[in-house]
Amino acid sequence: MTQIADPVQLQARKLDTGKVRQARISGWALLGLAALVAFVFGQDVVGDATFRLSRPNDPLALPNLVIPALPFTYIVAAILAFLGVRLFLQGGVRWTSLALGFGLFLAVAAFLVWATAGKSFSLTGMLQATVVRAVPIALGGLAGVLSERVAVVNIAIEGMLLAGAFTGALIGSLLGGLGGLFAAVAVGGLFGFILAALVVTYRVDQIIAGVVINLFVLGVTSYVSSQVYQEHRFLNNAPVFAPVKIPVLGDLPVIGPVLFYQNIFVYGAVIMVAVATYYLFHTRMGLRARAVGEHPRAADTLGINVYRTRYVNVTVAGMVAGFGGAWFTLGSVGRFDENMTGGRGYIGLAAMIFGRWHPVGALMAALVFGFADSLQQKLALLNTPIPSEFLAMSPYIATIVLVAGLIGRARPPAADGKAYVKE
Amino acid sequence: MDVELRGITKRFGSVTANRDVDLKVTSGEVLGLLGENGAGKSTLMNVLCGLYSADEGEILIDGKPVAFAGPGEAIAAGIGMVHQHFMLIPVFTVAENVVLGVEPTGRFDHLDLRRAREQVRAINDDYGLEVDPDALVENLPVGIQQRVEIIKVLFRSADVVIFDEPTAVLTPQEVEDFFNIVKGLRDDGKAIVFITHKLNEILEIADRISVLRAGEIVGGGEVGELNAAELAELMVGRPVSFDVKKTPFDPGEVLLEVEDLTVLRDNDDLAVDRIDLTVRRGEIVGIAGVQGNGQSPLIEALTGLRRVAGGTVRFKGRDITHASARDRHKMGFAHIPEDRQRTGLIPAFTIAENMVLDSYYEDRFSAGPNMRWSAVNAAAAQAAADFDVRTKSVFNTVATLSGGNQQKVIVARELSRDTEFLIAAQPTRGLDIGSIEYIHSRIVEAREEGDGVLIVSSELDEIMALSDRILVMFKGRIVAEYDGASAEKGVVGLAMAGAAA
Repeated sequence: MTQIADPVQLQARKLDTGKVRQARISGWALLGLAALVAFVFGQDVVGDATFRLSRPNDPLALPNLVIPALPFTYIVAAILAFLGVRLFLQGGVRWTSLALGFGLFLAVAAFLVWATAGKSFSLTGMLQATVVRAVPIALGGLAGVLSERVAVVNIAIEGMLLAGAFTGALIGSLLGGLGGLFAAVAVGGLFGFILAALVVTYRVDQIIAGVVINLFVLGVTSYVSSQVYQEHRFLNNAPVFAPVKIPVLGDLPVIGPVLFYQNIFVYGAVIMVAVATYYLFHTRMGLRARAVGEHPRAADTLGINVYRTRYVNVTVAGMVAGFGGAWFTLGSVGRFDENMTGGRGYIGLAAMIFGRWHPVGALMAALVFGFADSLQQKLALLNTPIPSEFLAMSPYIATIVLVAGLIGRARPPAADGKAYVKE
Repeated sequence: MDVELRGITKRFGSVTANRDVDLKVTSGEVLGLLGENGAGKSTLMNVLCGLYSADEGEILIDGKPVAFAGPGEAIAAGIGMVHQHFMLIPVFTVAENVVLGVEPTGRFDHLDLRRAREQVRAINDDYGLEVDPDALVENLPVGIQQRVEIIKVLFRSADVVIFDEPTAVLTPQEVEDFFNIVKGLRDDGKAIVFITHKLNEILEIADRISVLRAGEIVGGGEVGELNAAELAELMVGRPVSFDVKKTPFDPGEVLLEVEDLTVLRDNDDLAVDRIDLTVRRGEIVGIAGVQGNGQSPLIEALTGLRRVAGGTVRFKGRDITHASARDRHKMGFAHIPEDRQRTGLIPAFTIAENMVLDSYYEDRFSAGPNMRWSAVNAAAAQAAADFDVRTKSVFNTVATLSGGNQQKVIVARELSRDTEFLIAAQPTRGLDIGSIEYIHSRIVEAREEGDGVLIVSSELDEIMALSDRILVMFKGRIVAEYDGASAEKGVVGLAMAGAAA
């Protein structure tokens, strides 16, 4: 007595899937943005928004970008509303994230136009600041990628950045910029090694070990900067690396100043991201490192030294973070201030997650955060009705929105955060 | 290549996993290593493949003593192991998994995946394994994943291949293919160690058998000299009966009615696809099927642990499609979950605490915000005695119990009250024969008392022994139904592999 099921098509039926739910939520979000753009930005906007693309004495000058504010606002609102309604009508299983991402981009553009209406604003300057401010976040994210790919959760990136910034300023003041940079990298590597020793050999909980390092670095550097630097100011007076212009490319309009007229930290970050990508995905060592992060016991049975792999990667991650930390002093202001990293290490971790544990993804995510960071800085100059305290929140708000709302189902390395016990 | 273990002793703290074990396997033969779970088979083989180091004794290869500092050295010496839980990295491709640890490389440490793919194809062709080197391992069925493990071992040119419980996750048809592969390897001159607790398999594939009990070799011999009953007695230490005694099938009213049930996995893939199903009083319905064909999501949906995406579930005529787990529990549902350590018990809690996880809020165990611990402990001690949980005290944590006793704690918790409907998922997975006998008798007892029983198991023998009615699940659908008394194992096995669909 055998009964056989007949094969039936699946598509015809309505299923209450998570994807449909996600599309519906995204639809509401887009409609909400449309309403915001139409009723808030559209209310009191007058005149044109002028975006400067070049400085007057650039060799290849582009004319200013002039956008009539009111029509632009309403067009954006209409597109947002269309995208939102479309998600509802189609049940929008495809392109949901793309529609939401594009909608957010448009909303930000409308916001910029609204804030600039009747004034002028240097778009190139803001993009340049975006890249500069993305550097520590990208390097923090890259450090996170390198250590989490071998399954060590690295909360200590914040502390490593701060240690790098401090060391860069101190040694930079004594020995010059290059000396400071090397010292910052070495100290970052030292803290990476300490973290590895704590979590790999002594199996301290990875979050706690990271927090301990962060608090230790914060305490020591704050003490020195408030007690010692007050009296011996020459110890906190480091040179700043000047921007290096790449011939020809540096003269291009917009992308020239944004990408090819920056200091060594920007170039260094891009090179490190490229090298890390090659290392992780195209080399033998990278394959082994990822195996250790996904399934350490399997790696062990194949004769791969799990502990050594973790030590090496976490130490290198610390060196990357130390380099990123030096940016705060040697690449920016030349002096150390108490807690000057301000949580950029944690934002770097968010960039790592948003970038799906891929170096290039982390870099792209860092650019988004860098954009939010530079936006708040430049908008403060425009006299918008928004209080500056709220503007200063924007990088952190961007973190919450992106990590909570947009990333969807990113998959961390399977063994992430777990100590490996050999026997 | 011949390998000999001489006087191997391995201790973990105060526990001795292996005591003075001698074992020998020669080129061109299959040695069957038989023993119950926890007898020390895997520990012994982990010593041989370099993962553990022995406290006493030595390993000889072709008569010469060797010492392995790690798995890498054992691999280099030609010893390869296919582990019970596959040592594969799910997000890597087949080729990446195969070459991991011995990767072909070019300049700048560059991974030469093209060469890796060619090498995998070459092994494929030599042994007729047919595995796509570019497939992601997580997308492959377990039977193919096992072939990837075999390719891994062959890629490292192993002369000794150890299989640790290789058939636990395979369908009967896959087992047949697998045995053919093993025979091919043997005829190719490899020495093979085949670890299992399944008697019929070892009699089919092994040339020589050694039986391990409580860490010691208790007997063995050539395969022709031994029969199943003798081996079972050696393995368990007492005579064993294989039959389950049941009263004649006499079902009552319909208890559970499932109509058009659709359930999704966490990633929104279809797990259960419009299933219809009824269970009557006094009936054991067995769902056979290879793991991963939607049985777990089905059970979760029926017990209220997973959202139902479509269809209805009725219990005694009442719609319970969206009822909570506690509501179902109060209606008389008992649930033996498939993973006792993850969803069945809290290992760090005491036996007594685990016994009342489902009923702690009832007045007999709590008064307002306070627990009545004396009542809890008394009830737990009673239940432990009734259900043969072997422990010195109910204040011990569950983690200290053996798998069989852990499972008995769950059975005690679920059945020591008035139940109407029992759902048991993989009720005897990984248990010793004694515990299996006991838990089967309890399940049958529930049926005799007029409960409806739904069993899910990937062990076809278990389904065949217990069920009044057998349903076969394949790719989220019920593809076949058989009468429990007259079904033939081979036919059901074919349906499990999807032949009926």
